[in-house]
Amino acid sequence: MSQILEVHKLSKTYQSGEKNLTVLDQISFSLEAGKSLAIVGPSGSGKTTLLGLCAGLDRIDTGSVSIAGHALDQLSEDQKAQVRNENVGFVFQNFQLIPTLTALENVMIPLELLGDKNALQEATALLDQVGLADRKNHYPSQLSGGEQQRVALARAFSNRPKILFADEPTGNLDEETGAKIEKLLFDLNRDKGTALVLVTHDIELAHKTDHLIRLKGGKVFESDLLSQTHAQS
Amino acid sequence: MAWKDSRRSRSKLLLFTLSITIGIAALVAINSFKENLNYEINNQSKSLLGADLEVYSQQPFTEEQMSFIDSLGSTRSLQSRFSSMIYFPQTGGTRLIQVRTLEGDYPYYGEIETLPLSAATDFKTGAFALVDETLMMQYNANIGDPVKIGQLEFQIIGKLQSIPGQNSINTAVAPVVYIPHQYLVQTGLVERGSRVYYSYFFKTDQEIIEEEFDETYETRFEELALRYETVDKRKKNTSIAFNNTTVFLNMSAFIALLLGSIGVAGAVYSYLGEKRRSVAILRCLGLSGRQAFYIYFYQVLTMGLLGSLIGTTIGTGLQLFLPRLVEGLIPFSIQTRFYALVALEGVAIGMIVTVLFSLLPLLSILKISPLNSIRAEFESGGDDQKNLILKSSLFGVITLFLFSFSYLQIQELDQAAIFIGGLFVTFLILWLFSKGLIYLAKTMVSPKWSFLLRHGIANLHRPKNQTGLLIITVGMCTMLISIMYFSHHVLLDQITMAGSEERPNMVLFDIQSHQKPALETLVTDFDLPIVQDVPVVTMRLLEYNGITKKQASQDSTLEIPDWLYNREYRVTFRDSLISSETLTEGALHPYQANDSIFISIAEGFAERQEWELGDEIIFNVQGALMKTYIGSFRKIDWRRIQTNFLVLFPSGLLEEAPQFHVLVTKVKDNQQSATFQQAIVRQFPNISIIDLELVLKTIEEVLVKISFVIRFMALISVMTGLLVLINSIMLSKSQRVKDSVLLRTLGAKAKHIIAIITIEYLALGSIASLTGLITAHLLTWVLSVTLFDATYSIDYMSTVYIFIAVIIATLVMGLLNMRPVLREMPLTILRREN
Repeated sequence: MSQILEVHKLSKTYQSGEKNLTVLDQISFSLEAGKSLAIVGPSGSGKTTLLGLCAGLDRIDTGSVSIAGHALDQLSEDQKAQVRNENVGFVFQNFQLIPTLTALENVMIPLELLGDKNALQEATALLDQVGLADRKNHYPSQLSGGEQQRVALARAFSNRPKILFADEPTGNLDEETGAKIEKLLFDLNRDKGTALVLVTHDIELAHKTDHLIRLKGGKVFESDLLSQTHAQS
Repeated sequence: MAWKDSRRSRSKLLLFTLSITIGIAALVAINSFKENLNYEINNQSKSLLGADLEVYSQQPFTEEQMSFIDSLGSTRSLQSRFSSMIYFPQTGGTRLIQVRTLEGDYPYYGEIETLPLSAATDFKTGAFALVDETLMMQYNANIGDPVKIGQLEFQIIGKLQSIPGQNSINTAVAPVVYIPHQYLVQTGLVERGSRVYYSYFFKTDQEIIEEEFDETYETRFEELALRYETVDKRKKNTSIAFNNTTVFLNMSAFIALLLGSIGVAGAVYSYLGEKRRSVAILRCLGLSGRQAFYIYFYQVLTMGLLGSLIGTTIGTGLQLFLPRLVEGLIPFSIQTRFYALVALEGVAIGMIVTVLFSLLPLLSILKISPLNSIRAEFESGGDDQKNLILKSSLFGVITLFLFSFSYLQIQELDQAAIFIGGLFVTFLILWLFSKGLIYLAKTMVSPKWSFLLRHGIANLHRPKNQTGLLIITVGMCTMLISIMYFSHHVLLDQITMAGSEERPNMVLFDIQSHQKPALETLVTDFDLPIVQDVPVVTMRLLEYNGITKKQASQDSTLEIPDWLYNREYRVTFRDSLISSETLTEGALHPYQANDSIFISIAEGFAERQEWELGDEIIFNVQGALMKTYIGSFRKIDWRRIQTNFLVLFPSGLLEEAPQFHVLVTKVKDNQQSATFQQAIVRQFPNISIIDLELVLKTIEEVLVKISFVIRFMALISVMTGLLVLINSIMLSKSQRVKDSVLLRTLGAKAKHIIAIITIEYLALGSIASLTGLITAHLLTWVLSVTLFDATYSIDYMSTVYIFIAVIIATLVMGLLNMRPVLREMPLTILRREN
């Protein structure tokens, strides 16, 4: 199978006062299309930074990332945006819905950016799929946390992405709602053949994915993606 | 706590401080300048007149008048002044001047400044002339050169640099030339009907107290048909002359402060917007709403004090330059001083503005719930009754403050009311427009529109939209700045003469009846048209509806001013209207033998005096009394270059009265103008010529100077306005940045973000700009009629410029706000926003 995500010797350093803080150090791995991967680790281990770099939301210092064959480090910001629009879906811990748009409008955005003429119908169908057809004209502030995350899921899958990045998707939800979101996430992953990269503290959730990477201090501490990973002890 | 809390948002507080600083700086600069002006008028009042008393007449003094003048004092000087032509034999140049003849030691206060210094007194020793310095430069004349005035030749003994009580503008229109009084008759310029002012200037041993002097001598002056001016009267007249300028300056100060106030409210609103979460967390930790309020109130108070102090310092410094802007416009020099009271007033007003305008947004702190720390979107219910009362009272106090302040600045109750009323109407209009725009945005968006257009327009009505706030602040700002420009246009238009290339450009006056045939021949010989040939008869008003001057001055309830009787009326006679006139009421009644005489009066003049059709007026036509009735009112376009008259008599009455004529013609070019003027001066030395091209050029130079002053003040308003604009748009920044970065995360390109923001801010900018401009035109119209007493005219160019400029400024500010989205990485902003 083809690789949807390839990470090679990826490093990221931030300036903290007068010191350079290495958040990620020489990370390498790759993920096959349609597979799922969990990134786990303690707070501050670089999980969200790694996810952001993989999705082209931050600038790469050294190393390379490629999504669906597009080397992100060689693309302009607009080109990266286009790669995201055509290939990537996102789910964030705090939902990140656009508060000034209704649930339906939020789901329509990726489709409209793609120039999809049937954006309205497709977004309505997706909201129906996540059980929110009757709440489509509500603003995020009028929805509960679980409902907001379901809208976020519908939006994440609306552009039929090849890969979905989820940052603590159940972190802000109660157990029951969290379980529902998890199910939705994996169902959609399976049904639509979308690769899934999941950042989580939840070991139980992590074990439901095909692969797992454990980060510690910006380095890969443990990984089952052995062929591409420099496992560190 | 207040200090610690302010650490991370001091840039917002800086905007707030700047708003106060600029507003107060303008206020202190203008008020200090006004104080300086008043001080100089008081201090230099004696040198404005040059004497303690001036007694004058338009006729040579009679024996009876002379014996009265003798009784007033012996330390006196005689001056006569009249318009005439000067001829420079060496260059052949001619020019209309004001001739002044002098006998005695005038001026007793101040001095006639000449080069060389001694020329100021030496010129009286022989056939010498002191010639205006600029006039000498214009005609390449030097000291020692001859000049011809009337039939006499004088030698230039000195350059005239300044005269007591005369500004350079007056001397630019008709430059002054002094000659010794003993040569007046020999010049041959004084004939019957010539318009000569004869004055005696007195230096008295004791100070003249105006009221006492009026009481003792007024009746006698009236009986002898003499007029007089004391130092106090000159002082008052000088102050009145500056009224329009100071009204404009006052208005500028008011507008600058008002813009500053809007800036204060906007900046505090924006600042507190960022603080909601901090307040909510503090509330969770046990802080009361009142305590939270004080934290931010102290911050605002400190920055307000800082802004007021800096503003006062800048304003005090700025006033040092203001006198330079009005150099030449006023008849004296201005020494700038520091006025502690003005400075104190600046700081106090700064603090009042700070408190009043920051309280509105600050009150919202009381309403922040601890729940906001968990859920930022949580909105507590509407205002409770206590809060509503507090808010309403605050609005009441703000209105009262604005009204009191505008009254203090403008000094006219009704005008202050109009100004404040206008502001509230504008506020209401802007609010209605914003609501209309929100409704329109909600209803008009069609699914068929492109995503970007839909998204941009929908931003106008979506939750947390800034449509109302931006339209009100940007619109208000546009309105205030536009008023400055439009008022400027109205004031300038008032003095700029209308007409086209075809307008006549030369007026000949003081033509005696016997000179008319020969003059007409000369005009024809030069192949020039006679555009107008008008007879002028001078007369005085003796009674109005049976009320004499004495009765009018004794009964103040009649409200008839003295000058109505004192002034000389220059009247013409004809039975038809000319192109600059329109009949507005009544009809022209040709005179029928033994019938009543019906005259026509200029409409504006009659309105001010509250004259009505049928009112009886008795004129003294050089000794002969003539009873007349008002038969009609005429609207006159004074800006047309024609001879226009306040009073028009019918034909058949004044033909035999002593009169002079005015002839209007049009010369082709400067060359023809020069040769024609030379011929006139040689053949008819008493005839004066106004070369309108020259006058227009002079007026234009003056206008450039005035407009520079006005533009300077407008610039201050623009600067404050721009600050308000930045402020207002910063308010909407946080929301738009978050929206845009999420769009970017989902795959929107830079061009998509720019397009959406452009559409939103274009719509906001154009509606705010348009509304502001419409209200500005309405208010300028009201101001023109009530305050400037001028004809309103639309300044199309400024309207278009301001419309475009405000849209561009709004758009640029909106796009600049989006810089972080386009420059920074989405993850950085997402982390920060979270």
